[in-house]
Amino acid sequence: MYKKHSLEFMVGLFMLAGVIAFIVLALQVSGLTSYSSEPTYQITANFENVGDLKERAMVTVAGVNVGRVTDITLNPTTFAAVVTMSIENKYNNIPTDSTANIYTAGLLGANYISIVPGFDSAVLKNGGVIENTNQAMILQDLIGKFMFNTNKTQSATTK
Amino acid sequence: MRKAIQNFGRIGVQFMEGFGRSGYVLFRSLFRKPDFKHGFTCLVEQIYNEGVLSLSIIVVSGLFIGMVLGLQGYNILEKFGTTEALGQLVALSVVRELGPVVAALLFAGRAGSALTAEIGLMKATDQLSMMEMMAVDPLQRIISPRLWAGFISLPILATIFSAVAIYGGYLVGVKWLGVDAGAFWSGMQSNVSFRIDILNGIIKSLFFGVAVTWVAVFQGYDCVPTAEGISRATTRSVVYASLVILGLDFILTAMMLGGW
Repeated sequence: MYKKHSLEFMVGLFMLAGVIAFIVLALQVSGLTSYSSEPTYQITANFENVGDLKERAMVTVAGVNVGRVTDITLNPTTFAAVVTMSIENKYNNIPTDSTANIYTAGLLGANYISIVPGFDSAVLKNGGVIENTNQAMILQDLIGKFMFNTNKTQSATTK
Repeated sequence: MRKAIQNFGRIGVQFMEGFGRSGYVLFRSLFRKPDFKHGFTCLVEQIYNEGVLSLSIIVVSGLFIGMVLGLQGYNILEKFGTTEALGQLVALSVVRELGPVVAALLFAGRAGSALTAEIGLMKATDQLSMMEMMAVDPLQRIISPRLWAGFISLPILATIFSAVAIYGGYLVGVKWLGVDAGAFWSGMQSNVSFRIDILNGIIKSLFFGVAVTWVAVFQGYDCVPTAEGISRATTRSVVYASLVILGLDFILTAMMLGGW
């Protein structure tokens, strides 16, 4: 009888280890839920182009992570991308005239939002909108502009 | 010429015959009235034999595979100056491919061969026919719990393997080579998707569990009941199971990446 019980105990431990491994994979590896359980508030920003920005991307102020992108949708009338961000409640003093930029981490890294604080004394509340935005820098566009410009200057000098 | 074609045909017929018999065994063992009272005890015992006893080899090899991935990945990524991507490299390769496949190969070697040898020896010593004589169906008493235990054990083992391997990659990458821990985990979390990567990996290991246990059990059940026959059946069990795993892995990956 004792042997049978210890057998069931080992099998129980085994299955428990499986469940724990599954939870580790789900939470720690895939980041299924943002495990910062801090209370947050939502703000939105309209971008002309979000480039490669994805949901769950970082939102930073001065390089410090203050929240995450929760939703990216298209405004069907203005054709602007509406990015919803949840910001942790302890950073509740972001001025209303702040600027939101989309940057790329490193050369190949993921895109993230960097908020540059403004100087207004009014601060963003839940549901607030950041008016000043700079769209994502798209490498192809930049290369295109560069080549177009050099062509123009060349033709100007030959004339 | 005629003889060669004839031999080829015979191989084909034999293969299809074996496939049919194994399908029959699988069907008869799985689709029957469940006997919860005795079946559960047998099942627990078999999960212990196949799952718990395979745990040590799975954990040790998982740790080493993760550590090697961390080391190799770091040295390659260093050339491009993107060692921050080490976390996602380790996690994606382990969760998508290496976890299910290597765990299944180890499972075929550790548990599958044991299953074949055990059932083969039971057949060689006439234990299976004795059971039939006592009106105990060996398919129910012997085969069915072993099959179910394999189906249950391998996905659990593969999940543990993946988690341990990622920890191994973390040990080498972060603790030894000095990749930033925050970049390691956040890069991993933003690039590993729960449904596409982790669930698909577990689905793969489910398929492998069915394939490995099916092959192992049938090879034992169908072996020539001599000492030599058992040894051949054990070899065949490991070889066939490994081939099936690798072939099935390609098909499943193609289907999953194709968006089925």
